[in-house]
Amino acid sequence: MSISRPTKLILTFLALLAFAFIYIPLIVILINSFSTNKSLTWPPSGFTTEWWGRAVDSEGVRDALLTSVIVASAATAVALILGILVSLVIARYRFFGRESISLLIVLPISLPGIVTGIALNNVFTSYLGGLTFLTLVVAHATFCIVVVYNNALARLRRLGGNVEEASADLGAGGWTTFRLVTFPLMKSAIIAGGLLAFGLSFDEIIVTTFTAGPGITTLPIWIYQNLFRPNQAPIVNVVAAALILVSIIPIYVAQRFSSDTNKGGGIL
Amino acid sequence: MTTTTATHRGFWYRHPNLRLAGLLSAPMAWLVVVYLGSLAALFITAFWQVDDFTGQIVRTFTLENFQLVFTTPAYLTTVARTLGIALLVTLLCLVIALPLSFFMARVASRRWQPLLIAMVLTPLWASYLVKVYAWRAMLQPESGVLAWLIGPLGLESPGYGFIGIVITLTYLWLPYMILPVYAGFTRLPGSMLDASSDLGAKGWRTFRSVIVPMIFPSVVAGSIFTFSLSLGDYITAQIVGGKLQMLGNVVQQTYVSNLPFAAAVSTIPVVIVLLYLAAVRRSGALENL
Repeated sequence: MSISRPTKLILTFLALLAFAFIYIPLIVILINSFSTNKSLTWPPSGFTTEWWGRAVDSEGVRDALLTSVIVASAATAVALILGILVSLVIARYRFFGRESISLLIVLPISLPGIVTGIALNNVFTSYLGGLTFLTLVVAHATFCIVVVYNNALARLRRLGGNVEEASADLGAGGWTTFRLVTFPLMKSAIIAGGLLAFGLSFDEIIVTTFTAGPGITTLPIWIYQNLFRPNQAPIVNVVAAALILVSIIPIYVAQRFSSDTNKGGGIL
Repeated sequence: MTTTTATHRGFWYRHPNLRLAGLLSAPMAWLVVVYLGSLAALFITAFWQVDDFTGQIVRTFTLENFQLVFTTPAYLTTVARTLGIALLVTLLCLVIALPLSFFMARVASRRWQPLLIAMVLTPLWASYLVKVYAWRAMLQPESGVLAWLIGPLGLESPGYGFIGIVITLTYLWLPYMILPVYAGFTRLPGSMLDASSDLGAKGWRTFRSVIVPMIFPSVVAGSIFTFSLSLGDYITAQIVGGKLQMLGNVVQQTYVSNLPFAAAVSTIPVVIVLLYLAAVRRSGALENL
């Protein structure tokens, strides 16, 4: 279909507007982190790198960053194991209840975070003796499974079963086939899924506030606690700006590693 | 190879169901016990109540929590407001995503497409809280970025409140709408659009009679995210909502003092989302997620 020139121009203009809408707030945060203003006042009256230095020196920020990295790593490890197992089952087996399983995996991210949050909070505090570091990891792993699963499943579907059958014909057992054939072929998709799971856990705030033990401060919790404190605004700006810059990395790596990340309509 | 491994292999080979059970047991134990178990426990709690004097939860069946929600005007308003926000956000996401996705899929040159997709994906993975915070800076009355941008046009920043919540949530969930709609546009066969114009249809007619029906499932897929994520949100209302509350805020404020009531309130968005999912299941949208 030939699209007329005026239509093209209008569409280009609308697309530019949309990208402006998407990027202006992020750019504002980046600029604000260098602003000499101590509040969110715009435009900045001057520029300084002082806040970046203070943020790097801030013990609260560093502790929170470390906590976030540990939680995200642990949750990703669990999600990787469980996600790969389920993807193998869904891709290679046909059985009763298969559809329900794929629905069950998507459920933790499709239900409102606050529902997942208070549901887990209720069970942890009422029946399992209270919130700890472990409860936070369990909660995060639960909603991270889906991204590992989706990436691994997309890869398995694309591979088909032929190479595995060839391996079995050559006398390899199930485990040998997985170790020498399936896993190496899945590896880049697993890395992509793992990275996305890490990213998902790293900046989750809602489930986190309901399942983190007392005194456990992840980076989003730190931001949340300091958001409304006027004298902390400059440091919050820096942390926010740093998080925007860091969030580009998983996208870049995931895109490089997984040719089926753009599997068409797939978000996770 | 020793005989033991050989028999082992044979054993698993001869019992595919056991193999299946072995692979599934850990993930299912996790998701069913930890997750579904918690959800079920919460749902049951919604039918209990808190003793006014002791503050302890009384485990006897009652519908009082639900009655309270549906007979208190303030709560009913909150339900209506939350639904309205979720619908508006979905509509706005659609209005922005349609031309943008069409541009990305059909107007922009193929060379630029991966970059454009990356440009849409990047903010999706930027921290949720940071994005809400960014809109706090944007919307700040009088001295915010928006006030500075549109002030010269004689307009005022909407500030923190209903419009602020709608804009911020639209911003948060927009990529969830763009990606499936974009994918829908790329899957649209060019031959079909050619056929439409060969048959004499002008651009608008082709859009209405060919494009819209074909990308409808993608739009529904996107709307599942924009709608359900908006319904359950409470942090956005806290940060850019001023005094306005959504359902999530009610849950968050009551869950410590009155868990059964919070549980009852939290079932409202879940039921709405499930009804919505059931309604759109037939459109084939769930395969587009």
